[in-house]
Amino acid sequence: MQASHIKYRLGKSYGFQILTYILAFACVVPLIAILIFIIKAGVTKINWHFLVNIPKPVGETGGGIANALVGSILIIIVASIIAIPIGIMAGVYLSENRKSRLAYWCRLSTDILQGVPSIVIGIVAYFWLVKPLGKFSALSGSAALAIMMLPIVVRSTEETLKLLPDTLKEAALALGMPFHRVIFKVIIPVGISGILSGVMLSIARITGETAPLLFTAFGNPYLSTNLTQPMQSLPLLIFNYATSPYNEWHDLAWGASLILLMWVLFLNIFTKIVTRKWKVQL
Amino acid sequence: MVTRSDLPLRVINSTPEAILKAKKRAKRSFRQIRTENVFKRTLSLMGLVIIILVLGILLTLIVQSLPSIKALGPKYLWSKVWDPVQDIYGAWPFLLGTLLSSFLALIISIPFSIAVAIFLGEYHPKGWLPNLLKNTVELIAAVPSVIYGFWGLAVLVPIVRSFESSIGVEPVGVGIFSSSLILAVMIIPYAASLGRSMINLVPSHLKEAAYGLGATRWEVIRSVVLPYTKSGLFAGILLSLGRALGETMAVTMVIGNTSLIPKSIFAPGNTMASVIANEFTEADKPVYLSALIELGLVLFLVTVVINLIGKKIIDRFTNE
Repeated sequence: MQASHIKYRLGKSYGFQILTYILAFACVVPLIAILIFIIKAGVTKINWHFLVNIPKPVGETGGGIANALVGSILIIIVASIIAIPIGIMAGVYLSENRKSRLAYWCRLSTDILQGVPSIVIGIVAYFWLVKPLGKFSALSGSAALAIMMLPIVVRSTEETLKLLPDTLKEAALALGMPFHRVIFKVIIPVGISGILSGVMLSIARITGETAPLLFTAFGNPYLSTNLTQPMQSLPLLIFNYATSPYNEWHDLAWGASLILLMWVLFLNIFTKIVTRKWKVQL
Repeated sequence: MVTRSDLPLRVINSTPEAILKAKKRAKRSFRQIRTENVFKRTLSLMGLVIIILVLGILLTLIVQSLPSIKALGPKYLWSKVWDPVQDIYGAWPFLLGTLLSSFLALIISIPFSIAVAIFLGEYHPKGWLPNLLKNTVELIAAVPSVIYGFWGLAVLVPIVRSFESSIGVEPVGVGIFSSSLILAVMIIPYAASLGRSMINLVPSHLKEAAYGLGATRWEVIRSVVLPYTKSGLFAGILLSLGRALGETMAVTMVIGNTSLIPKSIFAPGNTMASVIANEFTEADKPVYLSALIELGLVLFLVTVVINLIGKKIIDRFTNE
């Protein structure tokens, strides 16, 4: 009786262990399925023409996604120029003033900003930049993406700098260095690895964002480098062409998906490897 | 802070050049102090910018949705008909669609994310295979949502369609069920990684005591680890819910986009985010546009509350 009961309990324990294993590894299946499918569907579409040409009108085969590539890169660069300095400075502020009331509200705002649905940011950017200027523009898209980048940069900067020993800063101050030089020459260089990882993660995140661009950068079937005009970007192109009924456009979207997915995964994995090498805690 | 009180002492009883030199040095010092103050002020200003940004978002949403709040009143939220052509606006189909798809996604994803959390936190905290699993699960969060949507449209929707015809409902394929499946995959990492770190925090003496009393592995997990981490797991699930509510692109692509009240979980529908994405640029009447923005305001407030509660729970849990 006793022995069989123990056997039953052990059996139950093993049963649940195996169930946990199965469920845990089942999570990986969709990711692998997506990867395999997109590589299969996209890899035949990608060639040199695909990268340097703009999409052809419906009915003609061929054409490429050069406009989306250029647009994505431009929009992301401008977004980074806006978000990175503000983000790093706010992060430095938060790590230097841990207890002040402004810092409390700032931290709270960062938390809120991190959870705001991207479509809401799109709406807000529309009213801040598109409506006053009277047209859709790449600049407004960059601003929307910059808002999405900010919380990640702020958080990673703050978390990295918090871990630095206070003695480092005190030693620099004791040598008579002014505060801003302590920050620029000591604190930021020491924490640069963590800050950079945060920046890379935030770029990886905004590269795939579509919703904030729907009402801001809007999309453009032609190659454009004018920031005050509508501009195409990779995720927008995928969304527009994937939901269209034409097979030629689906092909373009598969190729673009593969490029986007590879870029995002590369950034994420690269950041992971770098963080481990530099032993950064994020 | 650093003060430079040694300056005036040196100026006394000096030659004119020395005085000049000292003056210059003093000037430079003051300039540095001024730069320092300006710098500090800039830092606080950047902190302020983020607060203003959030307040600005809230204010913009409120101001822009005022026309619809005034014209439609609070009953907008539970009116059942959405027909912009006839100027009838009711948000209930979208609220229902959002709630159905998000909670269905949550129910589907919870067993998986908790399994990952237990696997990584309790069974195998170290080693190359768990590490691989951890990194792969985190990569699930990195895949852009538009790619999930495209994949769902091309692969998942046909599968769901054949499943629907086999159980005898109208085989549409696109609909709330499909979007819940996609959402479920997308939100696994949030609850899983938080749950893992919470399970890591369980004091080992509690577990050892239970083992010492003769508990099996499962009994330890069930009666020590899970009760100890339940608030943390709950917070993880809340954060996942916040993600699911606001997710736009993947849902928009597979939910079918109709403004009718969904009859079952297999019917096509619309969520708050997807209706905004679909109709925002087409909204030609002020009340129409503002009704859409009011949806955005509701979405914003709900996700903010959910996220803040989740963060509060995590903070309390990790500080204990």
